[in-house]
Amino acid sequence: MTDDPRGWAARVRVIVAGQESKPDRLLPVLRAMQQEFGHVPREAVAEIATALNLSRAEVHGTLSFYQDLSEEPRGRHVLRLCRAEACQAMGAAGLAEAALARHGLAWGETAADGSLTVEPAYCLGLCSCSPSALFDEEPVGRLDAATLDRLFAGAAAS
Amino acid sequence: MTRVLIPADAGARAVGAGSLARAVAAEAAARGSPLDLVRNGSRGLYWLEPLLEVATPAGRVGYGPVTAADVPGLFAAGFLEGGPHAKALGPVEQIPFLARQNRITFARSGVIDPLSLADYRAHGGLKGLERTLSLGPAATIEEVVRSGLRGRGGAGFPTGIKWRTVAEAAGPRKYVVCNADEGDSGTYSDRMLMEGDPFALIEGMLIAALAVGAGRGYVYVRSEYPQAVATLERALTLARADGLLGERSSALPRAFDIELRIGAGAYVCGEETSMLESIEGRRGEVRAKPPLPAHRGLFGCPTVINNLVSLATIPPILASGGEAYAALGFGRSRGTMPIQLAGNVRFGGLYEAPFGVSLGALVEEIGGGTASGRPVRAVQVGGPLGAYFPPALFDTPFDYEAFAERNGLIGHGGVVVFDDTVDMARQARFAMEFCAIESCGKCTPCRIGSRRGVEVVDRIIAGIEPAKNLGLLRELCETMRHGSLCALGGFTPYPVESALDHFGEDFARPRRAAA
Ligand SMILES: Cc1cc2nc3c(=O)[nH]c(=O)nc-3n(C[C@H](O)[C@H](O)[C@H](O)COP(=O)(O)O)c2cc1C
Ligand code: SF4
Ligand code: FES
Repeated sequence: MTDDPRGWAARVRVIVAGQESKPDRLLPVLRAMQQEFGHVPREAVAEIATALNLSRAEVHGTLSFYQDLSEEPRGRHVLRLCRAEACQAMGAAGLAEAALARHGLAWGETAADGSLTVEPAYCLGLCSCSPSALFDEEPVGRLDAATLDRLFAGAAAS
Repeated sequence: MTRVLIPADAGARAVGAGSLARAVAAEAAARGSPLDLVRNGSRGLYWLEPLLEVATPAGRVGYGPVTAADVPGLFAAGFLEGGPHAKALGPVEQIPFLARQNRITFARSGVIDPLSLADYRAHGGLKGLERTLSLGPAATIEEVVRSGLRGRGGAGFPTGIKWRTVAEAAGPRKYVVCNADEGDSGTYSDRMLMEGDPFALIEGMLIAALAVGAGRGYVYVRSEYPQAVATLERALTLARADGLLGERSSALPRAFDIELRIGAGAYVCGEETSMLESIEGRRGEVRAKPPLPAHRGLFGCPTVINNLVSLATIPPILASGGEAYAALGFGRSRGTMPIQLAGNVRFGGLYEAPFGVSLGALVEEIGGGTASGRPVRAVQVGGPLGAYFPPALFDTPFDYEAFAERNGLIGHGGVVVFDDTVDMARQARFAMEFCAIESCGKCTPCRIGSRRGVEVVDRIIAGIEPAKNLGLLRELCETMRHGSLCALGGFTPYPVESALDHFGEDFARPRRAAA
C-alpha cells in the first residue's frame, strides 16, 4: 500500500474483524474508528468500503453527514458544550463565548497542544441542570466559568 | 444492611453523584458500618440532585442536594436511621413535587435498582408481558388501541393503530425500532428511563414484537447519552441471560432480540425515516412517505417505530388494561405525559401527570417560577421546533390539540422557561440557525431558507430596513412551512413566528450585530 504509509488498512481490519460484512455495519465501524483514533482519515475509507461491500462514495457520504465523525484528528479530549435552549436560558451562550475567548479557541477548534477540542452540542439531556457539558463521556451540569476552566486545565494535564 | 441509594443518572452525576457515592462507600468502610449501596435512577427532582435516599423501616427518606463534603456530617447525624440533618427532606414520596404526580411510565424510576430483574419483578415488572401472553397478539393490540396512547415522540399518532397496520402488513420479516434519539432540547425523559428502568423498555419492545410478529428490534440511542447506552447494554445482557431475549426465550411464543445502535450527532436522525436510513448505514436523509415505515420500513420490511416513552408505557397499559389508562387525560390526549421542566426554572425536573394541566400551573406552581427569581417572560414547549408562549397564554392546557390551536406543539414534553432577560429576536435567530445546522439537505426551503432566515434576523437585530426584513422573515417562514418534507424545515416557523407574534418589541430595537 503505497498511499498508506501510516498503516490505516491494518487498523481498519482490526476494527472490522468480528463484524459481519454488511452495509448496515458502516455507522458502528465509523464510530469505532472515531472513538479509537479521534478521526476517520481519508486513507481508511477504501479499506472500510472493501470490508463492508460498499463503494468509497457511500462510505464518504455517510462519514461526511454526521457531526460526531471527522476526517481531521480531534484532540485527546473532547468537550461538548450545550448550545441549546434550556442551557441558553441559564446563560450558556455568554459562558461558552467567554471561555473560548479566554482559551483562544473557536467552536470546533483543537488546542495547540492537541489536548482538547471544543465542540458545540445541541442538548445533552441535562436540561434541568443547565448550563451543561459533556467532557469525553462525563456529564457536567450547573456549569460556571471556574468549572469550565478546570475542565480545560484537566485536559491539558492528561 | 441498610440500603442507601445514590443515582447513577447522568443528570445526577453531572452535579456530583459519582463523587458522593465514592465518598459514602469510603466513609462506611472507614467506620466499619456496612451498607448496601445501590446506584438507582433519578426520581427526576433535579434541583435536589444529588439526592441520597435511605431505605428505613418506615420507608424511604431523602437528603439533598448533598455532595461528597456532606458525607461525614451525614454519618454523624445518623442518616442510616433517617437522622435529622440540614439537608434532610423526610419521606421522599411526600415531597410535594413527587406527591402530586401520577407516575405510570416512571413508577419505578429512582425507586428500584435499574439493573436488578428481581427488583423489576417485585415492582410490577413483566405483568404486562404475562397479560400479552394470555391475550395473544390481536387482543394485545386492541388493548393498546383502547388505551388511547398516542406517540410520545411528538407527532401524537395512535400507537395501537400503528401496531395494527404492521401486524396486518405482509413481509418476510418485521422489526420493532425504538426511537431513543431524544434530540429535542429541554427533554430527557427517554434518558431517565433508560438509566432508571431499562427493563420497562425491553418489556415494551417485547410486547410490541409479540403483537406484530417481529423477530428483531433496534434501539437507536443518541451518542450524547453514553451513560444510558452503558446501562441499556447491561440490561440487554441480563435480559438475555434471563431468557427474555435472544435464542433462549423458551417461555415465549417467538424469539426476539434487541440490538443497540448509537447515533453520531444528527438531530434529524430522530425523524423516523432518517433513523431507518441511519440504521441501514447511510446518510440520515429523510425518506418521502409513502411508503409508511409500517408497510416498508427497516430493510424494506414492515416496521413499528415508536418513541421510547411510548414503548415503556405499554407494560403498565397491558398490566392494568387500556381502559384504566384511557380514563386519565384530557380531550383526545389520554393517559399521562412525562413533562420535563427545564431551563431557568426553580424546581426543574420530570413531572408525570395526566394531560390537561395548564402551562401556567406547570411553570408557576409546580416549577416554582424561574431559578433566577426574575419574572417569567417566555416558555418554549416541545423542543427546538416548538413555539414560545408568553404568560398571557398560560391557561393553555397540556394537550396535543390545545397547543396546536395556539400554533404550538407539545412535542416530547419539554418545557423550557426563560426569564425577562431573554432576547426573543436572538431566540428566533437560533431557531433558524439550528435548522440550518441540522438540515438533512434534501429540500431547498429548509436547507437554504434557514440560512437566509439567520441573515434576515441579523439585519432586523441591526436595525437595517426592519419593515422590509420582517416581511421577508414571514415569507421565509411561509415557504419553509409549505415546502419542507419533514417537520425540521416545516416546524421551524413555530418558534420564529411565535417570537414575532408575542414578543414583537424585541424585533423593534436596533442593537449591535449578534455575537
Ligand atoms: C426532525 C425530527 C426529529 C425528530 N426527533 C425525534 C426524537 O428524537 N425522538 C422521537 O421519538 N421522535 C422524533 N421525531 C418523531 C419521529 O419521526 C416519529 O414520529 C416517532 O419516532 C414515532 O414514534 P411515536 O409514535 O411513538 O411518537 C422527530 C421528527 C422530526 C421531523
Ligand atoms: S425539511 Fe429539512 S430536514 Fe426535513 S427532509 Fe427537508 S431538508 Fe431534510
Ligand atoms: S438544552 Fe442543554 S442539556 Fe438540554
